[in-house]
Amino acid sequence: MSQTTIDPRSLRAPPRRPLRLSWSDERVRAIVWQILVVGIVGAIVWWLWSNTVHNLEVRRIATGFGFLGREAGLPIAENLIPYSPTDTYFRALLIGLLNTLKVAIVGIVLATIFGTLIGIARLSKNWLLSKIAGVYIEVIRDLPLLLQLLFWYAILQGLPGPRQALHPVGGVFLSNRGLKLPWIEWQDAHSYALLAFALGALFTWFYRRDAIRKRILDGKPRPVWPVALGCLLVLPVAIWAAAGAPWTVDWPELRGFNFRGGLNMSPEYFALLLGLTTYTAGFIAEIVRAGILAVPHGQWEAAQALGLRSGQVLKQVVLPQALRVIIPPMTSQYLNITKNSSLAVAIGYQDIVSIANTTLNQTGQAIEGIAIIMLVYLSISLSISLFMNWYNARIALVER
Amino acid sequence: MPHFGLFLKRALGMAALGLTLAVPGLAQAQQAPANTLDAVRARGQLICGVNTGLAGFAQPDSQGVWRGFDVDYCRAISAAIFGDPNKVRYVPTTAQVRFTALQSGEVDVLARNTTWTLSRDTALGLDFAATNFYDGQGFMVKTALGVKSAKELEGATICVQPGTTTEQNLSDWARANRIRFTPVVIERLEELVAAFVAGRCDAYTTDVSGLAATRSAQPKPDDYLILPEVISKEPLAVGVRQGDARFADIVRWTHYLLLSAEEFGITQANLDRMANDPRPEVQRMLGKNGELGKMLGLDNLWAVNVLKAVGNYGEVFDRSLKPIGIQRGPNALWTTTGGLQYSPPFR
Repeated sequence: MSQTTIDPRSLRAPPRRPLRLSWSDERVRAIVWQILVVGIVGAIVWWLWSNTVHNLEVRRIATGFGFLGREAGLPIAENLIPYSPTDTYFRALLIGLLNTLKVAIVGIVLATIFGTLIGIARLSKNWLLSKIAGVYIEVIRDLPLLLQLLFWYAILQGLPGPRQALHPVGGVFLSNRGLKLPWIEWQDAHSYALLAFALGALFTWFYRRDAIRKRILDGKPRPVWPVALGCLLVLPVAIWAAAGAPWTVDWPELRGFNFRGGLNMSPEYFALLLGLTTYTAGFIAEIVRAGILAVPHGQWEAAQALGLRSGQVLKQVVLPQALRVIIPPMTSQYLNITKNSSLAVAIGYQDIVSIANTTLNQTGQAIEGIAIIMLVYLSISLSISLFMNWYNARIALVER
Repeated sequence: MPHFGLFLKRALGMAALGLTLAVPGLAQAQQAPANTLDAVRARGQLICGVNTGLAGFAQPDSQGVWRGFDVDYCRAISAAIFGDPNKVRYVPTTAQVRFTALQSGEVDVLARNTTWTLSRDTALGLDFAATNFYDGQGFMVKTALGVKSAKELEGATICVQPGTTTEQNLSDWARANRIRFTPVVIERLEELVAAFVAGRCDAYTTDVSGLAATRSAQPKPDDYLILPEVISKEPLAVGVRQGDARFADIVRWTHYLLLSAEEFGITQANLDRMANDPRPEVQRMLGKNGELGKMLGLDNLWAVNVLKAVGNYGEVFDRSLKPIGIQRGPNALWTTTGGLQYSPPFR
């Protein structure tokens, strides 16, 4: 005997009819219309394409992506992977892409943290805190982002020169050349330790999932933290120590005109990051506030009545429901940060737009250059969207 | 907010290029490459791409009237075509949008401190009609820095405009001299100079003429020093779209006219008197004899109109570039002082 009864009507298939080659057949009409529309769109695209190619030829403008293999000859100030002006345009564009990702990813993380704090502060019962958060949100959202970027950049340029650099703590220098920090000289041992940390994080995650699953079965709590400590701290440190525990600090030092050594954060990057973070945090704060307010007050009261502590109320009851409201608009903000990072050209941060612009200017291949920029932003944005949609689906309330 | 205008302009320029290349109907409306002269005549206006603002070369004065060396070339071409130097619309172009602006037909002629190079001449769909200024790339530093030679710039931060030959010369030069530097690349000249003045960079590099112009525009020019090294050849030339030989001829011979006029001592002031000069070449040039103007597809008195409007090359130079401290140097006439400026005969 089956557990559930199934409505027999849902099992009935619609009657099958043979396809009649007649205009009176709905399906034939649908197919004809679709072929027609696809054909028209295809013809327009082909027409635009062939005309473009023809006109480029007539104007003797070079076409194709052959330029990607040529020597770029353009200097780039900030590069995550090694680069010299003798490298190809392809590598230069890759540096630009990495620079865009560097500012977008860090910006997304910081804006989320900062925005969430401001959003919670806005809801605070502390009058001053809530008013400050309110004023911040209103001011920052109402000023054009480009203006804010130029403002931050101008402020950073107003810092003293490298020879009069501000020197708050040993090894830290703040000047109009940027922020200089001491940094360890990277060696293989550090890479191994980092790898161990990543593997440890993965293992901890699986262990935690398993612990929760077992707890649901037998109700026994299994603490995750000893495993986490072992995997995330002890193992990497042990590997680092086993590899000889290299520890050479690279101190920044004024030599000639500039600082040498250490970790550098340029004023361009800092201004862009600051501008993007503070601007987007204003929007995120409002999204977070809306999300929290969207959870009915009864939910708090009910959770407290069950005897949950206030941290548990937030974590187990309110946040899961608030996130449902928060995630979709948050996706738009993440996309905005990524796209707004293209304003970097105004303050001289060499992101993908800046480098692609220079490339298309030197090679004269504007269409290819713009196509590359579009491809890059489309790929980043689609990746963010896909990830956020997946996450959204994961945390959505399971409805019956 | 001038920046929004700039970004909008760039976006529109790109869109216009895409559209004109993609849609033939629009392409014709924006002048096909082969008949710029007809299009300019039909429009009643020459559209001239100039710098966004560089003292001596192209800059609006306090009345909003564009003035400068390159601007005078736009005025001269307008006078050659229309007999009136004021039928010009000036389109300020940044270093990065200038070629796109010319390719897409947004401007007819580009008189904007543009270096003539082989790759630009071939792959960019433009032709350089005439070198109106021989320049070279140099460096400027603050006097307080205590640097006397570009060779001392090891480790320096250097301000440079992107998308220029300057940018490529800089990395070539640094490689050849084993000098490491950090570039700061900002597209807008005003922002770039502001960054240099604020001390973001130790040195600012561009063509020596541009350095002189920037230096003269500072409240205290003596605080800045142009270093003696000239690291490149920068023949700054007036560009037109490729494949329009007739229009290129007009631009080229307008330049030669200015040179020849200086060579023969014809000035704005003595133009009327010179009309009766007995020398045969002067008579041909000024349309007294022969049909040189008609051969160019212009009015036979085109030369008179041009010289009345702007004067000869020396006058154009002295009006705009002398006040900012630029010497004639290589831009002197070959015939008189052995410079590089040389006109083929008007015959």
